[in-house]
Amino acid sequence: MRLLTFSKRTAKEILRDPLNFMFGLGFPVILILLLSAIQANVPVSLFQIESLAPGITVFGLSFMTLFAATLLAKDRESAFLQRLYTTPLEAADFILGYTLPILPISVAQSIICYITAILLGLPVTITIFYAVLFIIPVSLLFISLGLFFGSLLNVKQAGSVCGALLTNLTAWLSGIWFDLDLVGGIFKKMADVLPFVHAVELERAVLSGNYGKIFPHIFWVMGYMIASAAAAILMFLRQMKRQ
Amino acid sequence: MLSCLIRPTGGDAFLCGNSIISTPSRVKAIIGVSPQETAIAPNLTVKENLELMCGIHSFSKDKMKQKISELAKQFDLTDMLCKKAGKLSGGWQRRLSIAMALISEPEILFLDEPTLGLDVIARSDLWDCLRALKGRITIILTTHYMEEAEALSDHIGIMKDGRLFAVGTADELKKKTGTDKFEDAFLNIVKGVEK
Repeated sequence: MRLLTFSKRTAKEILRDPLNFMFGLGFPVILILLLSAIQANVPVSLFQIESLAPGITVFGLSFMTLFAATLLAKDRESAFLQRLYTTPLEAADFILGYTLPILPISVAQSIICYITAILLGLPVTITIFYAVLFIIPVSLLFISLGLFFGSLLNVKQAGSVCGALLTNLTAWLSGIWFDLDLVGGIFKKMADVLPFVHAVELERAVLSGNYGKIFPHIFWVMGYMIASAAAAILMFLRQMKRQ
Repeated sequence: MLSCLIRPTGGDAFLCGNSIISTPSRVKAIIGVSPQETAIAPNLTVKENLELMCGIHSFSKDKMKQKISELAKQFDLTDMLCKKAGKLSGGWQRRLSIAMALISEPEILFLDEPTLGLDVIARSDLWDCLRALKGRITIILTTHYMEEAEALSDHIGIMKDGRLFAVGTADELKKKTGTDKFEDAFLNIVKGVEK
């Protein structure tokens, strides 16, 4: 009951913010439409929908980090959390209450991205359903990062780190727009040790039905997901104790 | 510390017989806290903010309805129930914040500088709300406004750097320091400590 009440509040706070709607749901769709329009007008294969849609879907999840981080940072700054710490809510209620409502928002966002892709010519197959399922661990990774930064930073810093830095890292180091092998060097090495390119490759493998190709990417995603969830829990408990 | 937000480095305190160290959950069940900042959910309506607190305290639907209607009436929030809390003026947000702290029917209510930043009218209205609560609930109010302490409190504790230096009624403290105005009594005590 307590968890459900707090989760509902998290969902309402996020969904009632028009900026969240614009960036979280609108921006990825606009990107798919825009890049597909570019593809339609160039003779070379730059942004094939089969490869673009999973990439943009993962990129869109970087906004979930922003949502989680800014909401948590705002709640800390406005003393809303301080008030709730004096109620019967437990640490687990807070952590799950921030995480669980963002998960269906992430899934809804990826469904919207794939529906847009279908309208642009992506063949309808069962692999789209599996691709949406595989979005769940990737979403948890991004939400955990949000809780980590939201527990650590103030609203302004959380907006900068998650809204500018993380979205750019996700955009450039994920191989969505260009083949990372073409750049090579330290850029490729950096991308390979971060989870973003692995999340995109995982989604691409699932969508294409080449399930053997999900390895080793799934290990990278799961590893980062577990590590970031653990870091988020520790950081949340630390700031809770400080209150 | 008394609201279980900070753990003391030593010692213990008891609220209605409950230890803040060994039984913080029991303490949390009997207190209500309204922090200095208007700690409300801005994108939720006034009603949803009150419902949130009812849900956190596991109220039944009937009790939730009854409690919201009672508090809305008490704090004149009835016409504002469907307004987003973030759109309310500072004074109304503060009223909502106190109403949220009262949802759980606490025995002790902590108010941290409830009138900070409010205009004269909003402040006077809030004072009326607080006076109406007196006699029904124990209120621990922290303030930097001496006239507020004098107007609202039965007992006043003067603290500096986390230490309590004097306790008594406004008249007792004035008598103790040989001053006519409570603000002078406060300054006398605090500056006496500094010396």
